[in-house]
This record gives sequence, C-alpha cells and structure tokens, in this order.
Amino acid sequence: MRDSLQRFQRWAEKRLPALTRYRRPESLPIELHRRRIYIVPSGFGIGFSVLLLVMLVGALNYANNAALLLTCLLGATSAASMLVAFRSLDGLRLSHVRAGHAIAGQPIELTLAFDSSRQRNAIRLDLGGDIVAFAIDANTTAQVKLTLPTAQRGWQPLPRLRLWSTWPLGLFRAWSWLHPDQSVLVWPRPEVVGPSPHAPADDARHMHLHRGDELAALRDYRAGDPQRHIAWKASARHDHLLVKDFEQPQSRPQWQLDWRQLNALDNEARIARLARWLNEAQAQRCSYSLWLPGDEIASSSGPLHYARCMNALAQLP
Amino acid sequence: MTSPAPRRKAIEPPIDPRAFDLLSLTLAVVLGLHAPHLPWWLSIALALTLGGRWWQRRQRAGRVPRWLKLPLLALLTLAVIVEYGNIFGREPGSALVVGLLILKLLETETTRDARVASSFACFGLMTALLFDQGLIATVVVALGLLPALASLRALEPGQSPVSLARGLLPGLALSAAALPLALLAFLLVPRLSSPLWGAPSPGPARTGLSDNMSPGNFTDLLTDDHPAMRVSFDGAPPPADLRYFRAYVMWNFDGRSWRYADARYAGPREPATLEADGSIRYQISLQPTHQRVLPTLDVPLQAPAQASLQADREVLADKPVNDELSYSARSALRYRLQSTLDERSRRRGLRLPAGFNPRTLALAAQWRQRYGSDDAAIVQAALTLFHNGGFRYTLAPAPLGRDSVDDFLFDTHEGFCEHYSSAFTVLMRAAGIPSRVVTGYQGGYWNKFGNYLLVRYSDAHAWSEVWLAGRGWVRIDPTGAVRPERVSLGAAAAAGDQLSWYRNDWLQGLRNRWDVVNRWWDQGVIGFDALRQRGLLTPFGIRDTDTATLGILLAISSVLFITIGLAWALFRRRSHDPLRDALRDLERRLARMGVVRGVTEGPHHYLSRAARALPGQRDELARLMSCYLELRYAHDEPPPESLRMFQRAVQDFRVVNVVK
Repeated sequence: MRDSLQRFQRWAEKRLPALTRYRRPESLPIELHRRRIYIVPSGFGIGFSVLLLVMLVGALNYANNAALLLTCLLGATSAASMLVAFRSLDGLRLSHVRAGHAIAGQPIELTLAFDSSRQRNAIRLDLGGDIVAFAIDANTTAQVKLTLPTAQRGWQPLPRLRLWSTWPLGLFRAWSWLHPDQSVLVWPRPEVVGPSPHAPADDARHMHLHRGDELAALRDYRAGDPQRHIAWKASARHDHLLVKDFEQPQSRPQWQLDWRQLNALDNEARIARLARWLNEAQAQRCSYSLWLPGDEIASSSGPLHYARCMNALAQLP
Repeated sequence: MTSPAPRRKAIEPPIDPRAFDLLSLTLAVVLGLHAPHLPWWLSIALALTLGGRWWQRRQRAGRVPRWLKLPLLALLTLAVIVEYGNIFGREPGSALVVGLLILKLLETETTRDARVASSFACFGLMTALLFDQGLIATVVVALGLLPALASLRALEPGQSPVSLARGLLPGLALSAAALPLALLAFLLVPRLSSPLWGAPSPGPARTGLSDNMSPGNFTDLLTDDHPAMRVSFDGAPPPADLRYFRAYVMWNFDGRSWRYADARYAGPREPATLEADGSIRYQISLQPTHQRVLPTLDVPLQAPAQASLQADREVLADKPVNDELSYSARSALRYRLQSTLDERSRRRGLRLPAGFNPRTLALAAQWRQRYGSDDAAIVQAALTLFHNGGFRYTLAPAPLGRDSVDDFLFDTHEGFCEHYSSAFTVLMRAAGIPSRVVTGYQGGYWNKFGNYLLVRYSDAHAWSEVWLAGRGWVRIDPTGAVRPERVSLGAAAAAGDQLSWYRNDWLQGLRNRWDVVNRWWDQGVIGFDALRQRGLLTPFGIRDTDTATLGILLAISSVLFITIGLAWALFRRRSHDPLRDALRDLERRLARMGVVRGVTEGPHHYLSRAARALPGQRDELARLMSCYLELRYAHDEPPPESLRMFQRAVQDFRVVNVVK
C-alpha cells in the first residue's frame, strides 16, 4: 500500500512537475510562499464534513433554525480554520541547517533553524519516518533537531523535507516541500578490529625536550637550577631570584598516522583503519598527525583536531 | 532564541492531560445542557461516570478495560429503553447520544478517539437545541462549541502552552470571524418546505387556555409568565381597560365546570350579528398552543385567513396551532352584539344543572323579586355584592365542595377570575338573565421599545357576558368589582405579594423589556421558514426566490467571503525593522551591479566590498555605511529623523555605470 502510494507519487511528480515545483534543491534561506503551500482536507476533516452534513439535514428536516444556525457557525468556523492552516506555514523561513557528526550507518543529527515574524503552532517536519512538532514565537528562531540516516562516508545531500501542519483544528492539512541545497559530511566508519598503529620510536632526547614544558609555578632559586629556568622579568620585581618550575607531565606518545604506510590495503580499508586509529588516539588523548594524499595535517590533539582529521578522511575520493 | 523541546511521534501517542481536560469539559457542557430533560438518575449516573473517568486518567493514563465498558454500554441502552420504551425519537435519541458520548470518553486515549469525541460532542450540542431554541439556549449552546474547538486545538502536537481560559479564546475569535459567513449561509441555505422524514414530535407545549373551566384549573396558567402572544396595533393601542382578548365562549355548566361546545356539537351557525362603531386593526403572533382557538381582541369583526368565525364570535383556526402563528384581524371596541336573541339561545343562556347551589338560586330569586324586571339593577346588585361582600382576590383559594358557587359566595369568599365569573354567571342565570362565561386574556404589558403588547399566560382571564334587552351581550367583569387593578394593571399587580420573589416589580419590568429581544429572535430567526425565505429578496425586486436562485446566491457570496478571508490570509505585515528593509533595498540595487551579499557577510564587510567594486560611488557608499552602522549600533531605537534620511539616501542611490 505504502509502496504503491510512493510509486504513484513519483509518477505524479514526473508527469505534473507543478505538483512539487520546488523539487530541485534551492539555496538557503528558504521562505515559504503561497505558491508552494498546498492544502487539502485531512481524513478527519472529511469525516467532520460528513457530520456537518448530517447536522444540516437534521436541522433542515426538523425546521429547527437555532440548530441550523449552530451548524452554519460550525461549518463557517471549519472553513476559516483552512485559512489559519495556510497562514501557519505562509512566510515561515528556514534560515540555516547545521549538521552534527556521525559515522556512516549511524543517524546524523540535523539542526534546522526556522524563523518567523509571527507566532506559529504545531508545525511538523517529516524526514523519512521521523516527525518533529514544534512551535515558534513571534520574531524568534526555533531550533528543530531531527536525525537523518546515513549510509556511506562523504558528502550526503539533504533529502527533501516535508513541512506540514494541521493547525488549528486538524481539519485541514497544509504542507510544503523544502529541499535545501546543502549536504552533510558523514565520517567514515572505522574498522572493528585491526593492528595497532606502528608506534613511532621513542626518542629519549625528543622526549626530554618535550618533558616538563608546561609552566606550573614560580619558586625561589636553589643552587643547581639551570640558568635558563630563571624568570628574569619576575625576579626583577623581587629581591631574590625566582625560578620557573616545570611540571613533569606524563610522557605522551605522538602518533604519526600515514596513508602511505598502508600500501597493502585498498582505499576504503585504509580509510577505515585510519579512522580506527584516529579514534584510539583520541581516546588515549595523545597528539597525532595525519598524512593523506593531497592533505597533510600537523600533529595536534583535541576534539577540533579530531574533527578536522575525520573530515579529511571523509572527503577522500 | 527559543529552543522548543521537539516531540517525537510514537505510534498512536496518548493525548496530553490538557486536551483530555478540555474534552471532559466539553462533555460536561453537553451533559449540563441535556440534564433538564434527561431522567435525573441518568444525569447523575452519567455525571459520575464522567467525573470518575476524569479522576482515573489524572492518576494514570489508560483505557477503561473492556469488561467494564461493554456492560456499561448495555446498561445505557437498557436504561433508555426502560425509561422511554424505545431508542428512537427526540428524548430517547438525545439520552442515547449523551450516554454514548460519555462512554466514548472511557476509551479515549489517542488523538483519533479524542477527535471523534469532540466532533460527536458538537452533534450532542445541536440536539440540545431540539428542546429549546430560545435565544439564551442558543447562545449557551454556541458557547459550548468553545471547549470543543479548544480540545481539537489542544490535540495538535507542539504548541506553546497556554492557560485553560486563554485556550478557549482563539476558538471564540475564530467563530467570531466566521460569524458573517455563518449568518449568510443561514439566510441562504434553502429550507425544506416539507420534512424529508418523520415529523418532529411536538414539544412539551404550554397548553394555554383550555376549552373548559372549573374552579382552580387556571392556577397553573396564572403563575406561568411565559409569553402567550404579542400584539401590535395599527395606530394607538386600545386603553388598558378594553384589552380583552376573546378565546372561548362557554355556555354549558354542569355544576362544577364550564365547557366550551364547538361547532361539532352546537352545529354550524352563522356568527352572531354585530353592530360596530369604529374598528381597530392589529397583528397577533401566537405561541404554539396545539389548539385551534385564536384569541382576538373583543369583539372580532372578521376572521383572519385560514380561520373561521364561530357563532359567538370566537375564532377557530382550521388546524391546531403547532408552530408560532401570526395573524391579523380587525375588531370593534364599541359594539352591540346580537341585539335580538333567539329562543334557543335564550334557553341555553339560562340553563342551570338541577339540584346544585340552592342558596345561590334563592339569592337570585330574592333579587328578581326586589328589582322586578330591571336586569341592569340585578347585575349591579351582584357587582355590589362582590365589591362589598368581603370578597378577596387570591391565587390560592380554599377548595370548594359540591355546591361550588354556594360555597364560594357564602363561605370562602376568596378566589380569582374564574371563581368570580362562574359565580356571577350562575347568579345571572338563576335570576333569569341569559349569560355565559368568556375566557381569554386580559391586559398585557405594553413594550415601548417594540411597540407591541406582550401578553403572558399569566394574563389569562375569565369574565361574563350577560344579554340585556336593547344592548345585546354586555361584557361584565366581576373580578374587576373585587380587584379593579386586575383589569387596569394586570394579573401580577392583582396577585400582590403572593407571587414568588423573582416576579417582583423591577425584575418583572426587566423581563418585560427583554422580551423585545425574544420577539426579535422568535420572529427573525426561529420563524424564518421556507415561506419567509422565498420573500427574502422582495426588497430587490425578486418576488419569489426559488431554490436555484438561493443556491447561486449562496455560492456567489461564499466566494466573496472566501476572497476576503484569502486577502487576510495572504496579507503580510511589514517587518518591524524599517532599517533592515532599507538595507535590503540597497542590497537589491547593488546586486544588480553584481555585488551580491554573501550569506555570512556582515554589513560592514559587504559595503566596503561594494565600495571597492564600484569606485564611482565609493564616497556615497562609505557615507551610507557609516550612517547604517550608526543607526544600527549606536542606538537602541534608531531616531526616526535619521532613519528617514537614510531611507531617502537609499532611494536616491543610483548605480552609475563606470566605463572602465
């Protein structure tokens, strides 16, 4: 049933492009305009109109004018609700879309920012099977979060989103298609198991150089302190010498992750392995550098660095 | 920036408590509107069910189990059948509707259920109007739509929370906006000239005057202050003491009650002769009585359409009056009715049942002896007796025995119009003067605002007519001898403080004035039938508006209203930020020259870039930029004077093509 409906929809879109005239992606911001808002009675609306018809015939049959007046009032109110349904979408603006991070196969979180000059209620956004309902206050921005399933690494264009509402009475369903011209970057899926990265040789001198290079405090000079540790500027303000005291941090390994080391593997396997190594490096909080064809990322650490490396991996051809 | 918590749609999510509260409120309103005509035990049982379900769902969301629901359904059907005998018809049908509605609440958990219940509640509200379509009832029922609309709104997911009372307001605004279209549809929806099925069963009608009169059976009528009829006169209304409306003329007395014999028993006869001196025209709109009699001002000259004048100049319609009826008639206030009395009528006018009221007969014989053949003197003697004999006007008289007139005249000395007219007529007959009892209405309230006379059921009255040689039938109101204000001021004044508190003066005055609204409602809305609808366009030269014309008119005017509505829907308010609008204007102008503002580009960067790209306007652009930056960032609210200058500068900005 659902499949045939979707087939019909595809056929209709091909035959009658005007049905979804904004099928092509368009750049943000997208402001909804009357020409792209469609409205039909909902199933409940059809049932309700049958009820109105029964009430009308009953009132006419019993020549009961008060009941007829009530029926007319209810009917006119439902007709007016159609305009309200239209207005709840008209003029709504999708200003930007922000994507979170996700590896291929996991859903990626999207944040859509809608803004509006007046208050709107009960607007719903469909993406695949996911429906989110939200409200916007006048002259504010609503951040709507929803998730998009992903399949493979790389740039994934945003699908067409349906924005709809049955506000205020549920009798009419107004909808519009949004197809932002924007893609989200999906990170590669790391391999599940594999060898550890080739640990670079621990150069003792190198370690020494880097040992204790974080300034912890100033202390009084003791005989034997190296001269270059004396804090000359600080000492000038005191009557005795002060020495920079350096902490001795845990030695942090530095990983050099290199595309060229993985000659034996095909491209995707190399990417998966590098992704796993990046994860491990990030988990162990060590600093790492990454060499990729056409991109070389210097050694560093932290989430931003991690994201940069993953992005570079994701964008490999 | 707001960050609403988006809600994910699960499969058939339960409705939230606010929507359920509103739905319960809707059903409570429906039940409240139907309670007056439901059996009391059913109302209480349904109210308890409603309250119990509401309480149960407050504790824990979930349906009422099926083993409880199905027996309740069976019980409801059984109760309706036991009470009414069947499930069809107005009363049993509405009882069933209300009951089913409340049972529906037991299983209402999802949006779909709640929507069905809400719309069914609208139907339940409409059925309440089958019982009472007065103005107040209609307004109350229409207000009952508000919680129904509010609960439909509350079912929509993802909305800003509002208080319960504020939740009702948007529905009111929506209905108010829809009211013009509703009124138009009401005017133009073609009425049926005959019902498609069944006939509506007549409501619990007020019987009004009945065709017989025995002591005490007026009491209900005299305490019922619903409107009986409304009379508007061509010209000045008659003076208060001549506002007698004739309904039944009763000849037959069986010792206890007076009985009206219509033409079926008395045989068709010509109306009694009438010599009239001047006449008065008037229109009466009569509330349904389910009887044939049409009260007319004493004494009618001719019968209205579809009615006939009977022998004693009472008017009977061809069919019982089952709907409100308007008729116009002409009456004479000064008249001589039936100046010659035939022998048969004389005998009827003197007939008394044998063996009743011996003391009355003796008194009459005594008067006859004293005054000889002077009938007028005997009438005067009787009125004097009522006036001076210690008689009291009361709506709660002592009960009378077998010789009711004897008991009244010589023992209890208290009663109201029917006691007096009955006793007086018996006295006259015993004295040999042909006489009869006439019932109808007397008095009424003159409504200044509407220029009409409002006659209530409590204005029902009974008086006597005696036949005097040379003068014909003369109206004698013996009650007036006891309580003159009954005639001059009306029933309520005569009853004094015996009436309940709510009929005291100022409230009564208010009710009388309010009646003008009721009359407008009854005539303009309730009485707007197929016939009136056909004459709707008479002012525009169309004598007979048929169904097709009405349909076309309805379509045209609906389109008109929808156009107005669309204009509203498409209207977009200008943004509150004129400065941004002006900058957008500038951006449009610059974009034509190929300097398009980037999505993430700030105004400073953009305008600097534009100045570099368009060296011809570098100075002007630099000025505009500094002006914009000052207006935007130096003030909370841009000063209107500078803002106007900036707008003008943007408008004057022309892109000059520079030949490179």
